[in-house]
Amino acid sequence: MDLTAGTAGAGRVDEEFTALPLRELAAVALQRAADLGAGHADFRAERIMRRRISLSDGQLETRYDTDEAGLAVRVVVDGTWGFASDVDLTAAAAARAAAEAVDVARVAAALTAERIELASEPAHGDVTWVSDYDIDPFSVPVAEQIALLGGWSAGLLAHDRVDHVDASLLQVKECKFYSDGATTATQQRIRVHPELTAVAVQAGGRFETMRTLAPPAGRGYEYLTGTGWDFPAEFAEIPALLEAKLAAPTVRAGRYDLVIHPSNLFLTMHESVGHATELDRALGYEAAYAGTSFATPDKLGSLRYGSPVMHVTGDRTARHGLATIGYDDEGVAAQSWDLISGGVLTGYQLDRRTARLTGLGRSNGCAFADSPGHMPIQRMANVSLRPAEGGPSIAELIAGVQRGIYVVGDKSWSIDMQRYNFQFTGQRFFRISHGRLAGQLRDVAYQATTTDFWNSMEAVGGPQTYLLGGAFNCGKGQPGQAAPVSHGCPAVLMRGIRILNTVEEAS
Amino acid sequence: MTRQGPQAAVERALQAARCDDCVVIADETSSANLRWAGNTLTTNGVSRTRQLTVIAIGRRGVATAAGVVSRAGVRDDQIADVVRAAEQAAADSIPADDALPLVAPDGAAAQAAGWDEPAASTGIGVFTPFAAALGDAFGAAAAAGRKLYGFAEHSLTCTFLGTSSGLRLRHDQPGGKVEINAKSADLARSAWAGAGTRDFSDIDVAGLAARLSLQLDWAARRVDLPAGHYETLLPPAAVADLMIYLYWSAGARDAMDGRSVFSKPGGGSRIGERLASCALTLRSDPAAPGLECAPFVIAHASGRDSSVFDNGLALAPTDWISAGQLAALTQTRRTAQRSGLPVTPEIGNLILAAPGATASLDDMVARTERGLLLTCLWYIREVDPQSLLLTGLTRDGVYLVEEGRVTAAVNNFRFNESPVAMLGRITEVGATAAALPREWSDFFTRAAMPPVRVDGFNMSSVSQAS
Repeated sequence: MDLTAGTAGAGRVDEEFTALPLRELAAVALQRAADLGAGHADFRAERIMRRRISLSDGQLETRYDTDEAGLAVRVVVDGTWGFASDVDLTAAAAARAAAEAVDVARVAAALTAERIELASEPAHGDVTWVSDYDIDPFSVPVAEQIALLGGWSAGLLAHDRVDHVDASLLQVKECKFYSDGATTATQQRIRVHPELTAVAVQAGGRFETMRTLAPPAGRGYEYLTGTGWDFPAEFAEIPALLEAKLAAPTVRAGRYDLVIHPSNLFLTMHESVGHATELDRALGYEAAYAGTSFATPDKLGSLRYGSPVMHVTGDRTARHGLATIGYDDEGVAAQSWDLISGGVLTGYQLDRRTARLTGLGRSNGCAFADSPGHMPIQRMANVSLRPAEGGPSIAELIAGVQRGIYVVGDKSWSIDMQRYNFQFTGQRFFRISHGRLAGQLRDVAYQATTTDFWNSMEAVGGPQTYLLGGAFNCGKGQPGQAAPVSHGCPAVLMRGIRILNTVEEAS
Repeated sequence: MTRQGPQAAVERALQAARCDDCVVIADETSSANLRWAGNTLTTNGVSRTRQLTVIAIGRRGVATAAGVVSRAGVRDDQIADVVRAAEQAAADSIPADDALPLVAPDGAAAQAAGWDEPAASTGIGVFTPFAAALGDAFGAAAAAGRKLYGFAEHSLTCTFLGTSSGLRLRHDQPGGKVEINAKSADLARSAWAGAGTRDFSDIDVAGLAARLSLQLDWAARRVDLPAGHYETLLPPAAVADLMIYLYWSAGARDAMDGRSVFSKPGGGSRIGERLASCALTLRSDPAAPGLECAPFVIAHASGRDSSVFDNGLALAPTDWISAGQLAALTQTRRTAQRSGLPVTPEIGNLILAAPGATASLDDMVARTERGLLLTCLWYIREVDPQSLLLTGLTRDGVYLVEEGRVTAAVNNFRFNESPVAMLGRITEVGATAAALPREWSDFFTRAAMPPVRVDGFNMSSVSQAS
């Protein structure tokens, strides 16, 4: 961990949070649950601070600070879950939530046919974990943050071809306390997501946009001021890219070889590999909502998911990863493991319940609840595609294509409920002709079936092409929960992918 | 420290405010949910929260800045801290683009009855009769070799809005939904039904289960069809998802900025332009029976199409599309000033109807020579804002209709369609009824839609999902 002396609280959990009577509340709740007959109980207390700032054409549009706190008690009573939460961080509320959770379990028992059992996890004692950042963004004056976004907006608006600029900055600080008696974890993580979009409107009414590629990151405010991303360099390229996109010819639908930049591929990874290797989905627990998975447990160890150059890992340990944490919301220590090895399905993302149910052993630590008001469910780890050691650069990948398209930046995405059929667009698409880039194309979408797509992957780029992308808003579960997650990818070369023309699709 | 209730919190915050103007919103929310899979309950829970939002407004000559702080679980002795934080936020800010005087009592919704009544709450008990019926449905499904999956949720939010301009408005919003997904034992066949509700007293589990059984029976025969443009019958749930996205995309600001499907080339909006081939009306009405929603603006934060300065503004029934023509776009008082159009803020329900339409979906099937009948749509995302091209999947039952009856189940498809362009290809509209959108019901449950027949619905590719 980078600890910089004198910076705003980095390396420590906020004293405002640790000063709460967290251990006392946990003791009250766990004792009450035990007294009422719960066979298992765990307690969480959380405080989540969020700040959203958005500017439209340099004018302040939104500035919204929220501060959410509360406690939650989850129990297993005679093999049935019960969950309750409360907004008050008091001993009375902790006892009340424990009793209510037991009541809910007893009501639910009449409709429950499956017995809940949890995979065991070593006791980790009383532990503290803080994510890797230098500057807590909530310690930075908001006036400074607005001024930074305003300066960025003004710089882009000064260009003739840019008609509008949207600028936004999301900042989150998450303080979590967990205790099940054997493990007590106090944790804090920070994440930020700055984003700018430039818009150009032509006289005839056609408009195009060009958005920054800077991914959301598990970093502090230093991310906006030069650590981990060069924003001024990215802004400098946007007007010309936007102008070229407006002037670009429309794509001819058909099959093309694609070189895909990690700023686009991360989202395809997320949808077609990340969600498909969630064990709760594969077992049917999301069947009515998020969906299931074609990658069912009977195919573990045999499913040819992709070509032999495909190696995918799940982890909750990657530095600056949005799903990175010390201990999950069931007290399981963060880990890293294989999901796809040499193109073959070899693992799943687990929580304690599904790990036990399927006999897969210890949970790999993917339980997460997005608020104290929600019950933890299995959520996505950082699911990442491994680069090839000594592998090709982007230019070398492009050089291997006669007729193709180079895809950069994510935009539209959609995939079916078993994770077969997907369609993605991007920020910009470049024609590849005889191994070289030959200007932008517009109106491009790529569409494929997951295993066809990954089996068409001929090459993965080297570590120099690797980028950790991600999103704050991965949705799953009912009630709906939003989870942050990162995906690292190298650039890749795919052969013979179906390209659609989105204007033709609309006509 | 004891807590005296949300009304007292609003007064205390307004009294503590030193800024020029202040808006305070106190929300008390309770919710309960049940989730099930494979004929057994899986997760459940109850939760209660309260949130205090303080909007501090500082007026410095012609410049006005607003600071918004929203905090959960605030005790009475912490209220002044939240006000101070909001005031600091206003002091730190640059002028708000949407700044206007606060809504005066004569421009606001009529004083809500029951301001002083305690906030009510919901709990797991709301499911008592429903859960018994669900248990019966589990038993019946298991006996028939089928599996039920789904979710039921009920919530109640009591919102208390007070302003330094003298408004005291209250809105109690109950909301709920049930979704049931039935599958054959091998999971190859799937059907879905859903309903929105205010109190679960009107949920007919046996009726929903019977419809699901019928759909699974339709799937006894399976036909594979290729991608293509098909005459398609969309049931109300599918229409709701497409129209809600259209509604969310109908912001006046983006239209006037030349960056939406509702922008007029060369400037201005497409208001007045004919969009639908028939006399369809798309409207919102806070008092629509069964779909009642807040009759005044509740804005916790400003955004592209919302403004904290509009809090308390009375909401009138609004036609977005009237007799097939684009009639209004969602906007704030500020964007209305700029566009010269009436003030028409977003309202929390949506109704699509054609005058005199009485046909049921079954009637429309009976009149179909050859076409597809859908159940619902899924994973709907915007592909191109210029045309409002959306992509997504068919889900939980696509059926082939031949000579007036369902003859087989068909594979799923990925569609690429614009709801705006689709309005121009609707050839028949049925009777409007309450409908739960499948995709957007986490955010929007209050809709009434008709089934529609669309010419040449673009099924772009086949999905193997079942």
